[in-house]
Amino acid sequence: MPQGADTDQPDAGHRAPSFGSTGRYVGAAVPRREDPRLVTGRGRFLDDIAVPGMLHAQFVRSTIAHARLLEVDLTAVRALPGVVAAYSAADLALGDITALLDRPLEEFVPTPMPVLSGAPQADGSLGKVRFVGEPLAIVVAADPYLVEDALELARVRYEALPAITSAEGAMAQGAALVHDEAPGNVLVDVSMFATEGIDEVFSDAHTVVEVRSSTGRQNALPLETRGALAEWDERAGQLVLDTCTQVPHQVRTVTAGCLGLAERQVRVRVPDMGGGFGIKCVVGREEIAVAAAAQRLRRPVKWIEDRKDALTASFLAREQQYVARAAFDREGHVLALDADVVCDMGAYSCYPFTAAIEPLMASGEMPSVYRVPAYRVRGRSITSNKAPTAPYRGVSRPQYVMVMERLMERAARVLDLDPVEVRRRNVITTFPYTGVNHITYDPGSYLESLDLAEQTVRDEGWYDVQAAARAEGRFVGIGYSCFSERTGYGSGAFAKRRMKVVPGFDISEIRMDLSGTVTVTTGTQSHGQGHETTMAQIVADKLKLDVADVRVEQGDTDRVLYGWGSFASRSAVIGGSAVGAAAGKLEVKLRELAAHLLGTRPEVLELRDGGVRPIPHAGDGVPPEGLSFTQLADVAYLKSHLLAKETDPGLSAVASFDVAGDGTFSNATHACVVELDPGTGGTRILRYVCVEDCGVAINPPIVEGQARGGIAQGIAGALFEQVSYDANGEPSCASFLDYKVPTAWETPDVLIKHLETPCLFTETGAKGAGEGGTIGAPAAVLNAVNDALRPTGVELDDTPIRPEVVHRSLQVTRSAAHGSAA
Amino acid sequence: MKPAPFDYRRARSVADALGLLAELGGEAKVIAGGQSLMPMMAFRLARPSHLVDIGGLGELRGLWVDDDGLHIGALTTHHQVETCTDPAVLAGWPVLPASMSWIGHLPIRTLGTVGGSVAHGDALAEWCLLTTLLDAVLVAEGADGRREIPVADFFLGFFTTALLPDELLVEVRFPAPAPHAALTEYAERHGDYAIVSAAVSLDLVDGSLRGGRIALGGVADAPVRVPEAEALLTAGTTHPDELGGVFAAAADAAAAAVDPGDDQHGSADYRRSLVRTLVQRAGVQASVAARAVDDDRPAAVPAGARRRP
Ligand SMILES: Cc1cc2nc3c(=O)[nH]c(=O)nc-3n(C[C@H](O)[C@H](O)[C@H](O)COP(=O)(O)OP(=O)(O)OC[C@H]3O[C@@H](n4cnc5c(N)ncnc54)[C@H](O)[C@@H]3O)c2cc1C
Repeated sequence: MPQGADTDQPDAGHRAPSFGSTGRYVGAAVPRREDPRLVTGRGRFLDDIAVPGMLHAQFVRSTIAHARLLEVDLTAVRALPGVVAAYSAADLALGDITALLDRPLEEFVPTPMPVLSGAPQADGSLGKVRFVGEPLAIVVAADPYLVEDALELARVRYEALPAITSAEGAMAQGAALVHDEAPGNVLVDVSMFATEGIDEVFSDAHTVVEVRSSTGRQNALPLETRGALAEWDERAGQLVLDTCTQVPHQVRTVTAGCLGLAERQVRVRVPDMGGGFGIKCVVGREEIAVAAAAQRLRRPVKWIEDRKDALTASFLAREQQYVARAAFDREGHVLALDADVVCDMGAYSCYPFTAAIEPLMASGEMPSVYRVPAYRVRGRSITSNKAPTAPYRGVSRPQYVMVMERLMERAARVLDLDPVEVRRRNVITTFPYTGVNHITYDPGSYLESLDLAEQTVRDEGWYDVQAAARAEGRFVGIGYSCFSERTGYGSGAFAKRRMKVVPGFDISEIRMDLSGTVTVTTGTQSHGQGHETTMAQIVADKLKLDVADVRVEQGDTDRVLYGWGSFASRSAVIGGSAVGAAAGKLEVKLRELAAHLLGTRPEVLELRDGGVRPIPHAGDGVPPEGLSFTQLADVAYLKSHLLAKETDPGLSAVASFDVAGDGTFSNATHACVVELDPGTGGTRILRYVCVEDCGVAINPPIVEGQARGGIAQGIAGALFEQVSYDANGEPSCASFLDYKVPTAWETPDVLIKHLETPCLFTETGAKGAGEGGTIGAPAAVLNAVNDALRPTGVELDDTPIRPEVVHRSLQVTRSAAHGSAA
Repeated sequence: MKPAPFDYRRARSVADALGLLAELGGEAKVIAGGQSLMPMMAFRLARPSHLVDIGGLGELRGLWVDDDGLHIGALTTHHQVETCTDPAVLAGWPVLPASMSWIGHLPIRTLGTVGGSVAHGDALAEWCLLTTLLDAVLVAEGADGRREIPVADFFLGFFTTALLPDELLVEVRFPAPAPHAALTEYAERHGDYAIVSAAVSLDLVDGSLRGGRIALGGVADAPVRVPEAEALLTAGTTHPDELGGVFAAAADAAAAAVDPGDDQHGSADYRRSLVRTLVQRAGVQASVAARAVDDDRPAAVPAGARRRP
C-alpha cells in the first residue's frame, strides 16, 4: 500500500505573502494564543460561568409535530417546590422573530417565529405547534435537575394535525398546511437566469446527462450545545446576555426588539465557544426567552441546551433534492445546465437569513468552477413539521458541488472520457471570469489544484492499487471534487439576495495604550477558529509590533460598534481587512504625532521596532532613534498640552471594510480513495488528499485545521449522519446512538497541499478558509464510491451513502458478474 | 437529560446489597458501572427510587480459573478482561479478551462491568453473545442464597432476563474452555452497538472439526444459537480451503434460519446478508486462532487450575 507524504508537511510551500502586508507574522505558523488556556482547562465557556443567585431554565416543548394547541397549563409546574417561575407565551407576550426578504409573495412567504409558541391569536386560539421540540414555556428553578422534574408536570393539550415530513408530502395535492399563509407549503420559489435558447441547446446537444440526488438532513453539531445566561444589571440599566453565538449584534438587535428594549439596554457578551458551524449564526428562540425571564425575575437565569434538545429541537440543515441535467458536446464540454432544487427548511425561517438561504445559494452559484454557457434553475424551499434550519458550514455548496461533480463524472462515463479530463476541459482558467450566473470570479487555481491532486494520487500509486484490487475482484475507487467557494460576502452580495437585513461590513476600533501596546476590536466572532491569533498577526505586522503586544477584543456588543459576527468564511476577508485598516489609520496618526513632536513631515517617518523612526536616507536631520510608541503615548495621554491644536488626545482609530464586488473565491480539489466491503457494504477511506487555495494563509496550521475539520464534517454527510423522522414527525435521533457522527476512528488522515492565489483586495491577500473542507468532501467520497462500484454498473447519487445500499449494489453485480463469467 | 429524583445507597457487602434490595423494594436498582443505567436514567427511561451502588464490592471483581472453568466476578470491567494476562485465561478463553475492543470505547470499558452487561440483557451486547455462545452459567445470589442459571434459561427476551429484582448477579462462569473461538460484528462506526454480530466456537480434535457453536446478535430480541448451522460444522481436516466451504455452508444455513426484523439500522434482508458474511468471517477467524493455538499447545486447558488469589 503506498504511503503518502507526511501530512503535516505543506509541500507546495507557502510563498512569502505576495500581497498587502509584508511583515513577519502574516503567513507564519504563530502558535494559537487561545490554546494554552483551552488545553489546560482554563477556557471559559458559557457553562463555566456561574453567578450568585443563578437560576436554571429549561423549556416545555411540543411532543407533537403538527397540532393546534388547545391548552398550556403550568399550574402543577408552578406548584412544585423549588420552581421560581414558569412562563408561557401568553405570560411573556414577546415580539416574534421575523426574517424577511425584499421579494414578492410569489417568491418568498415570511413565517414569523414566535419566541414561545402558544400565544393567544386574534381569533382567540393558541395557534399551532409545528415541530417536535418547539418551545412552549420556559420554566425556571433553583437547580437544573429540579427544573426537569417540573417540565414533566406541564399539561399541554393538542389537537393533532397531519404531519408533513417530506418534500413530496409537503407539495402533494391537498397536503396539510404548516403555515396557512404558505400555499402548497412553499416558502421560497425563485426561477433564475434561464439563458435564452437553453432548450435548443439541450435538444441539439450530443449528450445530456441527468442526476437526481437527495441529501440527508444534518445537524451541524458543535461540541458545545447552545446556551445563554441572562441577568438584569440594575446599575447599567441593562440586560446582560452571555450566550455562545456567532452573531452577538444580531442577538442584541432581536432580543431588544422582542423585549421592547432599546439597543443600549441589551448587552450581549460571548465567552469561549466550542464551535458553531452556522447553527449559532442565527438567533434562537431560547436565548430570548431566557433574557425575558431574567428581566422579569431580576435574577440571573441560565439555560444550557442538553444534547437531546440539540439533536432534535435546535437548527438543522442540508436536506435537499436535485434534479439536474447537463448538456455536453462530444468532447465533453458542458453546454448547458438546468436544475431544480428543493430544500426542506423545516418549520420556520431563521433570522436573519430566512428559509431562502439554501435555495438562493444553490441557484446562484451552482455552475461552480465550470464555464457553463447556458443555465436555468428553479430553487424552492418547502416548509415541513421538522426542526427549522440554519446555514450549516458550506450552505448548499456541499450539495450542489456534489451534483455538479456527479454530472461531470456521468458525462465522462457516457462519453467514455477520463473524468478528470472532462473537468479539465471545463474549468475556468482565465480570470476575472463573469459567469452565466452574473457572478464575477476573481483569480483562482482551479486547473492547477485539479492537476496537483491527480498527480499526487498517481504518484502515491493509488491507480496501481486500484488496478491490482480490481484484478482480484475487490472494489477500490478513486473520486475527485473540484470546486470554488465564495468567501467574504459583502453587503453587495447579500443585497443581491434581497435580504431586508443586509450583512456585509466589519468595523474595528484600535487603541494604543500607555504601554505602547494595542487593543483592537473586531465584529467577527471566533467560535474556535483562533481569531485572537490571526487578527493580532495582521495588526502586529501593520504596526511593527510584537504579536504578543496586540490584544484582540470580540464578543461584547458594548465594546464593538456593530458587527456581523462570523459566518460565510468572512472573518479573515472582511474582519481581517477591517483590523488592518484600523491599524493603518493608527499608523498614520502615530507618524503625524511623531512628526509634530520631531518637527518634521510624516512622510519621512516609518514604524519600526516599536516606534516611529526616520526612513533611512529620507529622514533629513531627524534624530535616528525617532520616538518610541511609549514616548508617543506618554504625550498623547499624559502631556496633551504638547499636541498640535487640531489633534485629539489619545491614540485610537476606527476603520471599516466591506467587499465591493462579488467577493473572493477560494478553491480546492479533493481526492478520495475508498474500498468497499462486499460482505457488509461498508466504505473504508484509504486516502484523502486536499489541494486548497485560500490565497495567503495568514496562519497555515489554522488553515489546515479548518480544512481537516471541514473534511470530517463533509465525510459525516457523505457516509454517516442523517436526522430522520418517523411518519408522525417524531425525530428518531435523540442521542449519538442514532445520530451517527463519525469519530476519530472513522475520520481519515488528510494530506493537505497548498496553492496560493492571493486575493487582490483584502488586507493580507487572504481568502476565506472556513468552509471548503466541508464543501468538497461529499462529492469526492461519493465519486470514489461510484468509481469503486464501476464494475457493477450501479451508480449512487444520494447521501448519506448507506452500507445497506452499497451492499445491495454489490450483490446485484456479483450475481451479474457470475452470470457473464459462466 | 437529568435523572428523576432518586436516593443513593452504597452497599458494603453482597449481603448488605441484598439487604438493601429487600428493604427498598421493587423500585430500587443496582448500579454497577452505570454505563447503561445512567443514560437510561438521564432520558428518564429508567426511574429507580433508589440506587444501590455495588461499585465498592471488591469481592465481585476479578477473573480466575479452576476445575469448574473460568469465573468472572460480576463487577469485573470490560477493560480488566481486555488487559488480562493470566495464561490460564488466555489459553482457555482467548476470545474473551479479544472481543472486548468491540464494546463501546475505552472510557466505557474502564467503567462498564461484565455483570452489568449480562444483567442488562441487551441483545446486542458482546457479553450476552459470548455467554450464549459458550454455554455460560450465570450465578445469582438472593436472600435464599446462590443459584446457578444456565444461559439457555437466562435471556428471556427484549432486555429481559431470569434475574429477580432482589437478586444480585455475582458471577459469570464459563464451564468449558473454548480455545478456538472468535467474535465479529458490523456497525457503521467503531464502538457502536452492532447491527449484527456473530460468534463462532469450534471443537477441533486431532486436526478435524468435530462440531461447534454459532451465536448471533441483532437478529432477535435476545442472542440466539443456530443449531441448523452448527450441525454443519464438521470436517475431516482443518485445511483452510475445506473449512472455508464448511463455514460458507454454515453461514448460508444461519442466514436462512434467522428471522430478523426491520429497523432504521438495517432491513431484515440486510441483516440476513450480514449474518452470512459475519458467520463466515468469525468461522475463519476462529480456525485461524485455532491453528495458532494448535501449533504450540496440544491441550488447551492447563492442568493444576489456579485458585483465586
Ligand atoms: C456510548 C456507549 C457505548 C456502548 N457500547 C457498547 C457496546 O458496543 N457493547 C456493549 O455490550 N455495551 C456497550 N455499552 C454498555 C456498556 O458495556 C455497559 O457497561 C454495560 O452494558 C452495563 O454495565 P454497567 O456495569 O455499566 O451496568 P449498569 O449501567 O450499572 O447497570 C445496567 C443494568 O444492570 C443492572 N445490574 C448491574 N450490575 C448488576 C448485578 N451485579 N446484579 C444485578 N443487576 C445488575 C442494573 O441494575 C441495570 O439495570 C455502551 C455504553 C455506552 C455509554
